[in-house]
Amino acid sequence: MVVRNCREVKVREVRFLGAWDEPSDFVELTLESPGWEGYKPGQFAMLRPKHWGLELTWGRPFSISRSDDDSLTFFFQVVGRGTARLARLNPGDEVIVWGPLGNGFSAPLETPTLLLAGGMGIAPFRGYIERHPSPEFLRLFFAHRPDLSCYPYSALTEKVRAEAMQEKTPDDLPAIIARLDQEVRNTAGGMVLACGPLPFLKTVQQSAKAHGVRAELSLERSMACGVGACLGCVCKNVQDKHVQVCAHGPVFKADDVQL
Amino acid sequence: MDLRVEFAGLVLKNPIITASGTFGFGLEFMNFGDLTRLGGIVVKGLSLKPREGNPMPRIVETPCGMLNAIGIQNPGVEAFVRDKLPLLPWRETAIIANLYACSVQEFGDLTGVLAGEEGVAALEVNVSCPNVQTGGAAFGQDPTQIRKVTEEVKKRAAGKPVIVKLSPNVTDIALCARAAQEGGADAVSLINTLLGMAVDIRTRKPRLANVVGGLSGPAIKPVALRCVHQACRAVSIPVIGIGGIGTAEDALEFILVGASAVQVGTANFLRPDQAFRIVADLPRVMLKAQCEELKELRGSLNIA
Repeated sequence: MVVRNCREVKVREVRFLGAWDEPSDFVELTLESPGWEGYKPGQFAMLRPKHWGLELTWGRPFSISRSDDDSLTFFFQVVGRGTARLARLNPGDEVIVWGPLGNGFSAPLETPTLLLAGGMGIAPFRGYIERHPSPEFLRLFFAHRPDLSCYPYSALTEKVRAEAMQEKTPDDLPAIIARLDQEVRNTAGGMVLACGPLPFLKTVQQSAKAHGVRAELSLERSMACGVGACLGCVCKNVQDKHVQVCAHGPVFKADDVQL
Repeated sequence: MDLRVEFAGLVLKNPIITASGTFGFGLEFMNFGDLTRLGGIVVKGLSLKPREGNPMPRIVETPCGMLNAIGIQNPGVEAFVRDKLPLLPWRETAIIANLYACSVQEFGDLTGVLAGEEGVAALEVNVSCPNVQTGGAAFGQDPTQIRKVTEEVKKRAAGKPVIVKLSPNVTDIALCARAAQEGGADAVSLINTLLGMAVDIRTRKPRLANVVGGLSGPAIKPVALRCVHQACRAVSIPVIGIGGIGTAEDALEFILVGASAVQVGTANFLRPDQAFRIVADLPRVMLKAQCEELKELRGSLNIA
């Protein structure tokens, strides 16, 4: 059983990916374990450094990259005020963490499963691959813009077959989309799990529908509370009802959600 | 230390209440604290029929606060009574229903549904909603309308305490507080959010789909404190302070200017256990303020 909590834990390591010796925008943040009684890959947590004053009101939601009895790791890109401050954390700093939140990805046994990651969407798949009972059934396709060294890609490719394609210019996009579509088609009878930016998820949704492949999409939203209370992160389901991404997602069946 | 407060027919074990719209139906926070430790819980605004609320984006983070334009998305009063209320510890903690309606009649009908519910300790009336019968201006901006709505809710509340939640987007908050008192309100709570907006120069679009929204958080605390101070001087009924309260110190500031209790709103987003932490911290901060009981502190502001 998964029991969520809110704890103050210490930063263990802040690692910058991609750059040789100076801080980059790609950050792997490892914290002490908050003592969760369980976590399902695809779930997320809210982070708020303890020393943040009142200027930034909200914590920040990140999908859990990996979690074990000892530590908890997130992977994020600096995109705004919150992430810029999180990137400046030092080992020993205290962070308030609440989680694990949301539902997580399905992990069907011995089922061909295609993991589709777009850019930062690679984050949850690290824990997914680590914890999967039959990783030999998994395949990873990773589409990215910045250099591959900015992502924890190599850590994921030890256990699963993987392929990465870079979009260096917009001209590269049609080939990536065609490849993604082919990968989805090849997964017929199996399962597609996707995490990435909205245009990426839309492509996956269309492709999964076209080929009749079961798919789950992990959505990203700004959030204030992360627990279903503020109603600031809703999306529309196929019944045209607003549902909270934090509490009903972040993972939705592709044919249940409007993007 | 005795933290109990009694006012408007309510007995609360402490003066810390969670504010409507920031604490869901309470159930969302059960993993982060013991709900029975709270003085009270004001649940998400309820309407007669379910509401889908406004399109996205609905929230924006602003310096020391946030803007929201959720649009009272809620499952409707009947779903609340059926699905949420039975799961709440209403025997131990006051559960206050927050009412949203677009006409005086609708406020009455909504009250009628809740008046017989044993688990509802009091009704809080959100007068910041648009009155469709008078062209859409908010009830809360017109003292006459505030009085009419209050009278209607009071008439159908079957003796349950009626709290009128006032909007700060008015010229004279004292007039509004008096109108609620004249309408028979048992208490007023204030302030609701301040109307604001945020725009993006890159996209040249408003940051909220609704264009404008309500500002809350520490940014509005000085405005809230001023309004509570003025309301306390204007009426004899109890006043509940709301607006930017995030610590036990903040709570005592509002009690110092005359509030009987306070509501913690946006601070619930700083961390989900914040309201519980404020309750736990209250005795320590009272000692620091050389205050042995809240009664003694209440309204003791020394204005030379």
